[in-house]
Amino acid sequence: MEKFNLEFDSPPSPVGVRSTLCGVVSSGNLEVLVEAGEPSHVCRVEVNTSAVGFRDIWQAVLADFAASHAAGGLSLAINDAGATPAVVGLRLAQAFETSTGGPT
Amino acid sequence: MQGAEHPPAGWDRQARNRAARLARAAPLARGKQVDAGQAVALLEALIEPGDRLCIEGNNQKQADFLARALVQTDPARVRELHLVQSVLALPEHIDIIERGQVARLDFSFSGQQAGRLARLVEAGRIRIGAIHTYLELYARYFVDLTPQVALVAAQAADRQGNLYTGPNTEDTPVIVEATAFKGGIVVAQVNEIVDRLPRVDIPADWVDFTLVAPTPHYVEPLFTRDPALITETQVLTAMIAIKGLYAEYGITRLNHGIGFDTAAIELLLPTYAAELGLKGKICTHWALNPHPTLIPAIEAGFVQSVHSFGSEVGMERYVAARPDVFFIGADGTMRSNRALCQAAGHYACDLFIGSTLQIDLAGNSSTATKGRIAGFGGAPNMGADARGRRHASPAWLRAGREARGEGTGTMPRGQKLVAQIVETYREHMQPAFVEQLDAWALAESAGMELPPVMIYGEDLSHIITEEGIANLLLCRSPEEREQAIRGVAGYTPVGLARDKRMVENLRDRGIIRRPQDLGIDPREATRDLLAARNIKELVHASGGLYEPPKKYRNW
Amino acid sequence: MTLRRVSYFEASARARVAGLMDPGSVLEWCPPQQRHSSPHLALLDAPVAFDDGVMVGSARLDGMPLLFAAQEGRFNGGAVGEVHGAKICGLLRRALRERPRAVLLLVDSGGVRLHEANAGLIAISEIMRGVLAAQAAGIPVIALIGGSCGAFGGMGIVSRLCDALIMSEEGRLGLSGPEVIETVQGVEEFDSRDRALVWRVTGGKLRRALGEASDLVGDDVGAFRAATLAALARPSEVRDLERLLANQQALETRRQHFAEARDGLEIWRACGFAEPEAVPMLAVDDFNRQLAAGQAGGSI
Repeated sequence: MEKFNLEFDSPPSPVGVRSTLCGVVSSGNLEVLVEAGEPSHVCRVEVNTSAVGFRDIWQAVLADFAASHAAGGLSLAINDAGATPAVVGLRLAQAFETSTGGPT
Repeated sequence: MQGAEHPPAGWDRQARNRAARLARAAPLARGKQVDAGQAVALLEALIEPGDRLCIEGNNQKQADFLARALVQTDPARVRELHLVQSVLALPEHIDIIERGQVARLDFSFSGQQAGRLARLVEAGRIRIGAIHTYLELYARYFVDLTPQVALVAAQAADRQGNLYTGPNTEDTPVIVEATAFKGGIVVAQVNEIVDRLPRVDIPADWVDFTLVAPTPHYVEPLFTRDPALITETQVLTAMIAIKGLYAEYGITRLNHGIGFDTAAIELLLPTYAAELGLKGKICTHWALNPHPTLIPAIEAGFVQSVHSFGSEVGMERYVAARPDVFFIGADGTMRSNRALCQAAGHYACDLFIGSTLQIDLAGNSSTATKGRIAGFGGAPNMGADARGRRHASPAWLRAGREARGEGTGTMPRGQKLVAQIVETYREHMQPAFVEQLDAWALAESAGMELPPVMIYGEDLSHIITEEGIANLLLCRSPEEREQAIRGVAGYTPVGLARDKRMVENLRDRGIIRRPQDLGIDPREATRDLLAARNIKELVHASGGLYEPPKKYRNW
Repeated sequence: MTLRRVSYFEASARARVAGLMDPGSVLEWCPPQQRHSSPHLALLDAPVAFDDGVMVGSARLDGMPLLFAAQEGRFNGGAVGEVHGAKICGLLRRALRERPRAVLLLVDSGGVRLHEANAGLIAISEIMRGVLAAQAAGIPVIALIGGSCGAFGGMGIVSRLCDALIMSEEGRLGLSGPEVIETVQGVEEFDSRDRALVWRVTGGKLRRALGEASDLVGDDVGAFRAATLAALARPSEVRDLERLLANQQALETRRQHFAEARDGLEIWRACGFAEPEAVPMLAVDDFNRQLAAGQAGGSI
């Protein structure tokens, strides 16, 4: 397993965050837990992944997510069992939608 | 007028050689019929050292009994063979090489035997002439690779030796035609001898011997894809394909690869494509095996015609019950034909779409990996521009215009649409986009003259990933092409190294289109869009006519 | 888009709960935000889940207060580890205090989690005790089985203790899983790759025909909800000694009757199905009708 914490500047979420869990930890998949965090212009992410050596790719996927969503004030915790970036991106979008009640 | 000078050996050496072989085998046969117990003796009597030999190995139907007999022949008598067959599917196809009875091999596809074959090549135990495309190998059957002995498989024979192949006709006609008309010997294993065949697929006077195999010939369910295993990402790429490619060009005539990516497209036709109003406008005519995942689209009235390379296990009753769609004989069962369907796929289809393991920066793609010599099956013939094509269609003309530009004075000409559909990372985080194909390393280690490329970059028109669709026809320079490929390569090293400004420019010009550019919300890409989400729903969609193999059932 | 039924088989544990219960009524205990993950998996450097693969809580079904546990079959095969088991045990104990109308167990589990086998085995026995205690207190426990992992090992036993057992055809119930049987006894005994055979022997239709499952429903969350409501409307079986002895006798008779049976086909024939080979493809309603007709006609 590899664990790391990342932070990204992101526009503050205009709505209150409803804490939600999205996805299931199974082979090639992941769960994303969304909670309210601080400060309001930062998206914090804690990644716990079984695929060792892909931190740079996580950094790139999450940076794009933070740049394209109003994810400031969101704290994400991820348990990953080797999901591809495509699956990660989809799950992040779903988690964002259910926790903030709408698309970007 | 002087007659031609007869060479000392005469003009009928092949006929005399054939007669000698038949004379050696005659004591083993009653007419054309030979007992299964005499199979080894028959092959030893018929085959001469150095013979070009075809053991019918199709994608599905296998002359497995004759292959098992061949590996029991005396290596001192049956030796220095030159195998000329499309598929090495059975362990026996490799066993005969391991036994030292084969000197040279020309083939197309080796699938499950790819690893063993690679080890034999690296050990210098076998020389490979070439890894052909199907049509190329069949063509050479009529030029310089004509079999001297062909061991084929059929469903049934009658007492005269006429053969009924059943729906899996596959390679049999082309093999037998080449062999029988050039002095060769045709031996057929059949499941049964009957008084009256449902229909004659191969006439008796092209067949020399028939043997009833102790067990029916093996048939591989190669084209069954369980919808339960289709991922959300594959649903997304299927949506992109339908909206960004099929609808865009109005593609009616096409061929699909056998992967889950294209199975997802088939299952989205009655749902997503129908919602877009595309019924009757796309996907009406196919060169395709009877894929179970096509059932819902057929039932929804999307599909007008399907010609097939071979059949598929469990689809026989369904296919027979849809004679308006499939090619059905007077007996009521399907006839397939790999050679003719490959020709149909090459010349009469506007689109080939399939998946691959690797794509390089020039758009060359390959499924070859080091340690496996697998070949490519049908993709290269269908995934190549048909330069001999002279009939126009809107999709073909538009592709040609996009590739050549609209300039005055250029000769109007169309181009085939050839698309690769991949997830940027395969499972276990293997990138689908690479700087250099593994095919180069394989060619090096196996001493091959050509790296085994499935689809050449110059033939590739579109790449579809979860990141969007890249139209390579519109690229005007190798640099643009490279950036278009990098632009849909996502977070792979190839994708991360893209020139962001240039990629945005390509997007502005519609060369790269993201899901949102096509009006597709990735969150809507759920498995609920699939017209069938498991094999059982396919059975229900078929009205109970589809009978899936038991390994695919969970009821 | 045509509205489709929600596949119970494909739904996650959380989606099953959301689809079964009255909207807005679900209250989760020990939710993922509290991060009760498995310490054992972490020590073994394996992925963990914030809910350790099971969701527990309270909800309402047609207004009736219920407690529920829903196993997530896709996380480690729904296997029971220490935390996972403790959540279900705690739920059953809380049932004694809260006295809900029933406890629902949405089982989707291969049994004990091998990474933490001792803790898992203890948890299973505690869950069995918890089920019996709830039943003794007059609270029915209902098992729902329709996920990809079925109910095997200890969770198979737990399921059979329940007052009602609702299965879909895709659901499976057994003690040792098919792969285990093949490994121990050989492929001649049980070919685990013959999926049709596996389902004919362990699947919902055979379990219903044998009377182990009380209800067979289609693969639809709505059908599971309806069957749960129907089960709650039935009077609970009285569990006195006389009844237990009668059940024991029935099992003995069944064992003798089917001692030579190798396949569900033989049992379906004995149950009065005219075409046993056609049973796997029978729609659920037709199956239930034909089964009832066979039983009325005096077949086993």
